[in-house]
Amino acid sequence: VSHEGYPDPAARPAEGDAAPDDVGREGAMGATPQELRRGWDRSYDKEKDPAVIPDLAEVEVPATLRAEIEEHMAKYPDRRSASIPALHAAQRVHGWCSPLALRQVAAVMQVTPGYLSSVASFYDMLNEDPVGRHKVYVCTSVACHLVKAKAVYDAIASAGADLPDTEIREFECLGACDMAPMASIDGRYVGPLDPSDAPEIVAAIKEGRKPLPGRGLEDDDYRLPWGGRA
Amino acid sequence: MELDSLRLIRNINDPELRTIDGYERGGGYRALRKAINDMEPDQVLHELEESGLRGRGGAGFAMGKKASFIPKGSMDKYIACNADESEPGTFKDRLLMQKNPHLLVEGIIIAAIAADANKTFIYIRGEYELQADILEKAVADAYARGYLGERILDSDYSIDMVVHRGAGAYICGEETALLDSLEGKRGNPRLKPPFPANQGLYQGPTLINNVETLCNVPAIIEKGAEWFKSVGTDKSSGTKLVSVSGNVRRPGNYEIPLGMRAGDIVYGLAGGPPEGRRVKCWFPGGSSAPVLLEEDLDLDYDFETMAEAGSMLGSGAIIVVDDSVPIVSLALRLAEFYRHESCGKCTPCREGTNWTVKMLERIDTGEATPADLDTMADVQTNIIGNCLCVLGDSMAMPIGSMIEKFRDEFEEHIEEARLRHGGLPLAAHGGRADLAVGSPAP
Repeated sequence: VSHEGYPDPAARPAEGDAAPDDVGREGAMGATPQELRRGWDRSYDKEKDPAVIPDLAEVEVPATLRAEIEEHMAKYPDRRSASIPALHAAQRVHGWCSPLALRQVAAVMQVTPGYLSSVASFYDMLNEDPVGRHKVYVCTSVACHLVKAKAVYDAIASAGADLPDTEIREFECLGACDMAPMASIDGRYVGPLDPSDAPEIVAAIKEGRKPLPGRGLEDDDYRLPWGGRA
Repeated sequence: MELDSLRLIRNINDPELRTIDGYERGGGYRALRKAINDMEPDQVLHELEESGLRGRGGAGFAMGKKASFIPKGSMDKYIACNADESEPGTFKDRLLMQKNPHLLVEGIIIAAIAADANKTFIYIRGEYELQADILEKAVADAYARGYLGERILDSDYSIDMVVHRGAGAYICGEETALLDSLEGKRGNPRLKPPFPANQGLYQGPTLINNVETLCNVPAIIEKGAEWFKSVGTDKSSGTKLVSVSGNVRRPGNYEIPLGMRAGDIVYGLAGGPPEGRRVKCWFPGGSSAPVLLEEDLDLDYDFETMAEAGSMLGSGAIIVVDDSVPIVSLALRLAEFYRHESCGKCTPCREGTNWTVKMLERIDTGEATPADLDTMADVQTNIIGNCLCVLGDSMAMPIGSMIEKFRDEFEEHIEEARLRHGGLPLAAHGGRADLAVGSPAP
């Protein structure tokens, strides 16, 4: 999928494609600014008409994206079942589920953008904010917590604080507790990690190569430290 | 288990196994041919019922019985394979899908014959990108060989299969939330009844089974229910993949006969806790299971015994917690997980998980009193049984068990935190600093 001609996901969106302003007071229930952007207390304009299903003729959709969404729709008895795969596809093109991305998916699927927003806001892997195209999910859930995953997250988060176009976040159980503490870096499961691995992970993302060769679940010779296979 | 007696993972590390040729060479799709050529659908269903195979996803419901609930008739019927493995501590389905994808595909096709279903879906969690890619390839290969599609293997059965990726939501492992998510909505659980067997996906009859459950199906059909029952206990037949994690020396997936002594799994297979440490408590079935203590490692690991001990076998994920971990730290992390994953549809779960987190934080900031433990236990009791699904219960049960079994430690923690922070305004201290896990071994 070519990204040419589409907005730079790292940049804040242009006018008309921006997320609505936040209400601007301290968030309900002590939400952090990060959580506020995720949907708490978002203002809305009551004067505006509700967004209707966009006309496909009026929305420019990249041909490959449209084809991919239509392919997903064809697999299910109900086209709406394609909403998650379609949003995944749009997120790959745009970097995030921007209002423009939602409008394009809505036009192809013939649903309202609001419906897609309700879906996108529910799932952890879909972002309605431009958090970055590269995803670093550090598992800090129960099993990883027991082997000091928080220290790993802190090390990666601070080493990668200046990484452009990258989201580094704590994630709930990624289903690899045998590799704990572990992280998913753009879908590549690596572990067990130590805080001292953080610089290498950050360097690999910066240089666009696979982090920690030989220590990923997908690697043929992957072994757990005690010698077992994962 | 000895290598010879392994059923699910005997050749699991053979790289050929994940190709359709390698799988066929090892006897793959033979069970499917037998089900199609030599058996009536009723016989397939009967064999599954006879085997006593119980669901491996968490609830442990008899798989054959569930399939028998699917009504007869010519309407579209569905199978949804639950591959949303998100229960903390569980990673067995990941292994099966990554290294033996065709076993799952074959199991689903046979289950579809037994349940007279024609459309099947594998709902795999979005984070399992590698495994989803492998499954998509396996499904495409199965179509190419005629195991899927119109009139499979020249029979009258027509079965389709779609790999559907989720997008990161623990709740979508709950069967009705999975259906909503598969229909393209937010993953909110539905009110039951109607049960999915009658009204599930797209309002049609739907059979929902876990990956490991379906992976047991081909061998049952090929070798018979009696063979399957030759291992395990009366009410927990067969083998089980257990995922052992946490404070153990050899974390990983192990296949065991149900009814094995729990201590033999934790110490014998997984090597027990690190040098100088003892088992403080353990989750026998994922983070949703009430914790058991060191002495409970003498119990047999099967569905009944775990239930009698006040816990559950759940997904078969054993998380071992050693004595370096403060119980408040464990409880808080657990409660935060369920707060994050609560879908928000039912009040007791949405509010209960939130308040439990807040109360545990109060313990650590020195604001709590021992009476708060009773309040917290009371919140847990009021969650259990009062929600559409069991997500709230899944927090309430382990937290309740921790308060009950480690009350002294909670009270000590309350007192220590009160003395440490006593008299200081909240902002003056570091909050959760003392929750850091893992002081060095003595």
